Amino acid sequence: MSYLFNTPDDQRAMLAAIGSGSLDELFAQLVPADSRLNRELNLPRALTEQELTEHMTSLAGANVAATQKPCFLGGGAYDHFIPAAVDALASRGEFFTSYTPYQPEVSQGNLAVTFEYQSFVTRLTGMDIANASLYDGGTACVEAVLMCMHATNRNGRVVIAASVHPEFRQVVETYLRDLECELVTVGTPDGIVTADDVAAACNDQTACVFVQQPNFFGCLEDVEAIGKAAHAAGAMFAVSVDPISLGLLKRPNEYGADIVTAEGQSLGNPLQYGGPYLGIIACREEFVRRMPGRICGETVDRRGKRCWVLTLQTREQHIRREKATSNICTNQLLFALRATIYLSLLGPQGLRETAELCARKAAYARGKLTSNTRFAQRFAAPTFKEFVVRDTSGEVEQLLADAERDGYFAGIALGRWYPELADSFLVAVTEKRTKAEIDGLAAALSSATASNKRTPAHA
Amino acid sequence: MKPEELKYSKTHEWVAVDAATKTAVVGLSAFALEALTDLVYVELPKVGAKVKAGQSFGEIESVKAVSDLYSPVNGEVVAIHEGLAEHLDVLKTDPYGEGWMVKIKLSDDQGLGDLLSHSAYAKQCAEEHH
Amino acid sequence: MRNTRAIQPIFELAKAGRRGVVPPPCDVPTTLDEAIPAAFRSDVPPSLPEVAEPDVVRHFTCLSQLNMSVDTHFYPLGSCTMKYNPKRNERLASLPGILDLHPYQSEESLQGMLELLYSLQQMLGEIAGLDAVSLQPAAGAHGEMTALKCAAAYFRDQGRPRRKVLAPDSAHGTNPASAAVAGFEAVTVKSGPDGFVDLDDLKAKLDDETAVFMITNPNTLGIFEKNIRTIADMVHNVGGLLYLDGANMNAILGIARPGDFGADMMHYNPHKTFSGPHGGGGPGAGPIAVRDILAPYLPAPIVAFDGRRYRLDYDLPKSIGRVRSFFGNTGVLVRAYCYIRTYGPKGLREVSENAVLNANYLLSRVKHILPVGQGDRCMHEFVATASKIKAEKGVSAMDLAKRLLDYGYHAPTVYFPITVKESMMFEPTETESKETLDAFAETLFRITEEPAELLHEAPHTTPISRPDEVRAARSPQTSFPE
Repeated sequence: MSYLFNTPDDQRAMLAAIGSGSLDELFAQLVPADSRLNRELNLPRALTEQELTEHMTSLAGANVAATQKPCFLGGGAYDHFIPAAVDALASRGEFFTSYTPYQPEVSQGNLAVTFEYQSFVTRLTGMDIANASLYDGGTACVEAVLMCMHATNRNGRVVIAASVHPEFRQVVETYLRDLECELVTVGTPDGIVTADDVAAACNDQTACVFVQQPNFFGCLEDVEAIGKAAHAAGAMFAVSVDPISLGLLKRPNEYGADIVTAEGQSLGNPLQYGGPYLGIIACREEFVRRMPGRICGETVDRRGKRCWVLTLQTREQHIRREKATSNICTNQLLFALRATIYLSLLGPQGLRETAELCARKAAYARGKLTSNTRFAQRFAAPTFKEFVVRDTSGEVEQLLADAERDGYFAGIALGRWYPELADSFLVAVTEKRTKAEIDGLAAALSSATASNKRTPAHA
Repeated sequence: MKPEELKYSKTHEWVAVDAATKTAVVGLSAFALEALTDLVYVELPKVGAKVKAGQSFGEIESVKAVSDLYSPVNGEVVAIHEGLAEHLDVLKTDPYGEGWMVKIKLSDDQGLGDLLSHSAYAKQCAEEHH
Repeated sequence: MRNTRAIQPIFELAKAGRRGVVPPPCDVPTTLDEAIPAAFRSDVPPSLPEVAEPDVVRHFTCLSQLNMSVDTHFYPLGSCTMKYNPKRNERLASLPGILDLHPYQSEESLQGMLELLYSLQQMLGEIAGLDAVSLQPAAGAHGEMTALKCAAAYFRDQGRPRRKVLAPDSAHGTNPASAAVAGFEAVTVKSGPDGFVDLDDLKAKLDDETAVFMITNPNTLGIFEKNIRTIADMVHNVGGLLYLDGANMNAILGIARPGDFGADMMHYNPHKTFSGPHGGGGPGAGPIAVRDILAPYLPAPIVAFDGRRYRLDYDLPKSIGRVRSFFGNTGVLVRAYCYIRTYGPKGLREVSENAVLNANYLLSRVKHILPVGQGDRCMHEFVATASKIKAEKGVSAMDLAKRLLDYGYHAPTVYFPITVKESMMFEPTETESKETLDAFAETLFRITEEPAELLHEAPHTTPISRPDEVRAARSPQTSFPE
């Protein structure tokens, strides 16, 4: 077999050494007869490497990669450029075939990476403490909410803006359902949430106010006012951010955030159909003991040499069990590593320029796409790298399918999450999109307009 | 305070009750502190918190273990040892004095019934040590 | 020959003005002021280090060399199943048609991926002996919580919510932690010295408030629970559900199926059982398989097939909802798919046979060095104890573990399970040879003969030795000072 060592001779020798006549005899001793499966599993036959390669290539060929057509899809996962060095370094076996640094003496590489990752996250967000990563942006929101509930000792209510990623909100809802905490969603008819609406939604049992910046629609929230409203109600203020945007936008510490989360896929991680991604979380120092998951800390070894270890482990499930801050065990270090390499390569200037490119190209695309009379900007609020376009003829699904046929992943229909936005779609523009691609998309959407006008009823 | 004059809970907290002011000072016994090696943190309640005998009012942590601190009495926390987490050494050097943790204003139902005398507590420790 | 400069924190390698990757010039006329009002902008970018690309490459390459890994070392870390991670899976998972798929692409453009995921659902159901599968959970613990929430929804739907989740004291800490996150009260059931669940204690704790009993089988001592069917009956008789923690599935692939021995739901750890690379601590994935009565509560979407086309089925009105954003940890699932297709039905059984044979063989060598409480037999892993050598020489499980590092072996898991004193948990996996196991056992023996003082200060040859964990925890320094 492919990855097995034991030859029939080895097996005989090993069975003899343990005093068993055969594998069947061994398993008869180990597994009660009434629990054994007495047939072969009903699975497809084994494939050699060459056959598997052909099979996988054929499956891959039945997909259309986001790299095959200009990709204007976003909604939390983005087609940013990934430098070659990220792949080259992260694919080193010493990184990706190692595990949790239970033995720090032989894990200083991973621990140093974790420490640098945490340092980068605190510098991006302006927060004091970051952990070694969570599963993804959605579960990071939940962990932030749970932290707020513990830290404020308030379990009654969580206030969240409707402009937070709908799947992030769904995850929070799933977690809160069995914890008897009410989730109040504040509407965002203008694409952003108002501080007044937030204040009205808070009561004296509200643990946290949660918003996203830039929000799911790409719009920029008035985070400073929202934070003040949260704090005035005695609630904590948690924000989910786009890490790329932090090269350009105000950092969360500047507007009073207590906890910051993010989906870190943007930082050098492939799209890979939704995961694994990178859940980022950071907080102010006073909440460090409420932080979920692993944290790496600096110390010295017995000879006084600077080194790194996992620390504050008593928060975690392997020690505190049912009283742990979270049930999380694994993290996403491989993707935290990629983010660390990515940010090292970009540096402050590169991150700034990348964020500026996204913002300028997105603004250009917003103007270009809505210069056609069929399309309009859905919201007036300023945006970062995404924006919502309203199709006045209300045929979004058909429009996007036509655009895909014409060679563009043009955007995401919003009706599935927001019935009131069934006539709208979300367009994302990263630094990878060129002016030619944006102009091409605008032309493709215009031609869809023309064809629809010719055959209005899709006869 | 002299350990001989204190009362103890089965969970190793010591109590000094001032009958005149109806307040109790609470800490952790030297025996328990000895068993908890390498202390790194102690979490105490907020002033004003209500506590009940036998229920957790805080936690004490070593590198790889965490233990609850149980209130020996019923009442309300009127003072906590501010900054204790930054000076954990006093727990070892002076557990019955500078190592105090909280002061509790006793409620009418004081909950003092189950506490042990020093000699009874010493006997329990000797048995646990085995 | 270690490059000590390159492994300094990257902040110390930085110099103002150096750059790595430079983004392209802007090709649209829109200015920054037109794009974003100044009020939202920060004047300066975050203070990231400024380094050149060769700096970055050397820094991270040299850091990688400070790690032990499966590619470089025998890694018998019990409970973690550190088996070989096939190179072909890495290449295939990186095909552009697999890697570069956006989660919100049209189903039409994802037919190959959806076919793969649909097949994986079927295969995981067959291996589990259970009816329905959700690929959404991101890790084992996440799968536990997801399944427990399905159980909560099931009982709520029956009009009789239940409060308690039971787990043995030998269970992974994630079990009670997941129960708490799912809103249950976690109750501990004793296990006996032989590692089996104490049936009397279980009986005493089972009642009509018991929603779920979580069991790891084979258990964390590496023993197949001999009473598993009785346990399942006991749980079912009070109307409860049996959960299988699938952390140890590597022992029973094609040999026993959780659904057949009474489990109603389970999670897989594909990064263990199906060789997803552990990535220094993750990613994992935590797909769950459930009996038909629980299927309506699974998170949406599930991949469906109508005989012609694959699609995402969101139409699950009783679903507990999402437990993460997007589809799931697809990259890990793709590798699991490649792994299962590589082995096929016979091969998967051989995986478990050889994992169990290797563990029993290693046990037969180790038991002469360190006592193994469970006797002569184990499944895919076993637990030895250093308590005898600790009493005799003052040498702890940690001392032995640290000294193994000097000899080029990763240490076994120490001090878990918590039910065994000075425990050392060995899991060799099937992807190691008899020669490696022999050499490892000989080294372990040699170490036990070494002077205690040498072991107390071990390791001696690693870049660092015995970091001060108390100092790290007392005044946590968790990022590089700005």
